[in-house]
Amino acid sequence: MKAPDFAYRRPTSIREAIALIGEGEDPMLLAGGQSLMPMMNLRMARPDILVDLNRIPELRGIRDDGHIVIGAMTRYSELLASPLVREHLPLFMAALPHVAHPAIRNRGTIGGSVALADPAAEIPALLLALGATVVLQGPSGERRVPADDFFLGIYETAREADEIVVAIHVPKGGGPFGFYELARRHGDYAMAGVAVALSEPRIAFFGVADRAVRAPAAEAVLRGRNHADPRVLDGAIAALDLPFGGDLHTSAETKRHYAGVVLRRALAEPWSELVAA
Amino acid sequence: MSERIDIALTVNGEPVERRVPVRQNLVDFLRVDLGLTGSHVGCEHGVCGACTVAVNGSSVRACLMLAVQADGAIVTTVEGYSQSVPARALQAAFEQHNALQCGFCTPGMLASALEYIEAGGNGDRQAIREHLSGNYCRCTGYQAIVDAVASVAGGGP
Repeated sequence: MKAPDFAYRRPTSIREAIALIGEGEDPMLLAGGQSLMPMMNLRMARPDILVDLNRIPELRGIRDDGHIVIGAMTRYSELLASPLVREHLPLFMAALPHVAHPAIRNRGTIGGSVALADPAAEIPALLLALGATVVLQGPSGERRVPADDFFLGIYETAREADEIVVAIHVPKGGGPFGFYELARRHGDYAMAGVAVALSEPRIAFFGVADRAVRAPAAEAVLRGRNHADPRVLDGAIAALDLPFGGDLHTSAETKRHYAGVVLRRALAEPWSELVAA
Repeated sequence: MSERIDIALTVNGEPVERRVPVRQNLVDFLRVDLGLTGSHVGCEHGVCGACTVAVNGSSVRACLMLAVQADGAIVTTVEGYSQSVPARALQAAFEQHNALQCGFCTPGMLASALEYIEAGGNGDRQAIREHLSGNYCRCTGYQAIVDAVASVAGGGP
């Protein structure tokens, strides 16, 4: 099918984009379009104004400000090619090859994934594991929301309707790291996955609940202990008390099982496989 | 009546100017307005890869991009491959290895494979499979397709 009709605007500044949001009854922001365009083609999304963020230079790019600042319209392929990401965010390098397929990664953006909050997406879990901050801009200015407070439910975030995700701030360090994803086929939606920053530790699952979720009880079991000790790892897995939710294919009980499997595999060899299968 | 916007872009080396409805996908613009029917429309929601083309040198799903977004871009479709040495090598390898049956997926497969070759991809079959993982072949001819790409990348049969 084809998208229903809409008014199209392509602002060249964040300020202009925010003003345009206010002009519609049901405005939508077009980032990489790799989720919104299918939803429009399937007529599940029907914006009256489509505000295209692709021509706003201030939303692009990656820089080092002590932490890594990633513009919301930075594409997955640009993250994978970035020396700053390679040097400081190895968890991104491990996870991003699992984000769909090359042609999707050439268009899809980090800000789009953050704003959409698909429960099976990798990016929200990465941001939780790394203690990142989401930077939002709206008519009344800028505000910063920790990733821990940003993802609220399926496709639901702390972003207000008149706000734009403009950047992500990601702290350096936190390693060693672990990442593992179960999918039927490389690049498919995750059946379950986990991103781990071991130093704190912070453990974030995706694809097992209605949103990306931290596992505080399992983190407490691992804190200060050796994750390679089978009793410690078994204890962490037993402590997984997440709000597991089933989907079309899988029951909540099976998701609970998967969560243990991916955590065990992620911690088996942290970083032996930077670009994991 | 849909809003229309003037766009100017380069398609297969030729400058093109058109007025397009804002809701028109890039692949429909290429097929309907320009008559470049080599790019195929499969699922129209970014799953099958049949509409894959190169925009500014990167493979994209032309069903997930609006024509108006290609304003100012350089677009290459399968019809433009006669100008490219690696693309012609890939086409010859697909023929030699029987890497197509019905041919519906082939333009998209070639676009993804060409990106792999041009990025310096080697003959590692797993790497080729991962790069082509977003392109469906419903004749299930993947083995021959990987053979063909590997033969151009080096290290294949």
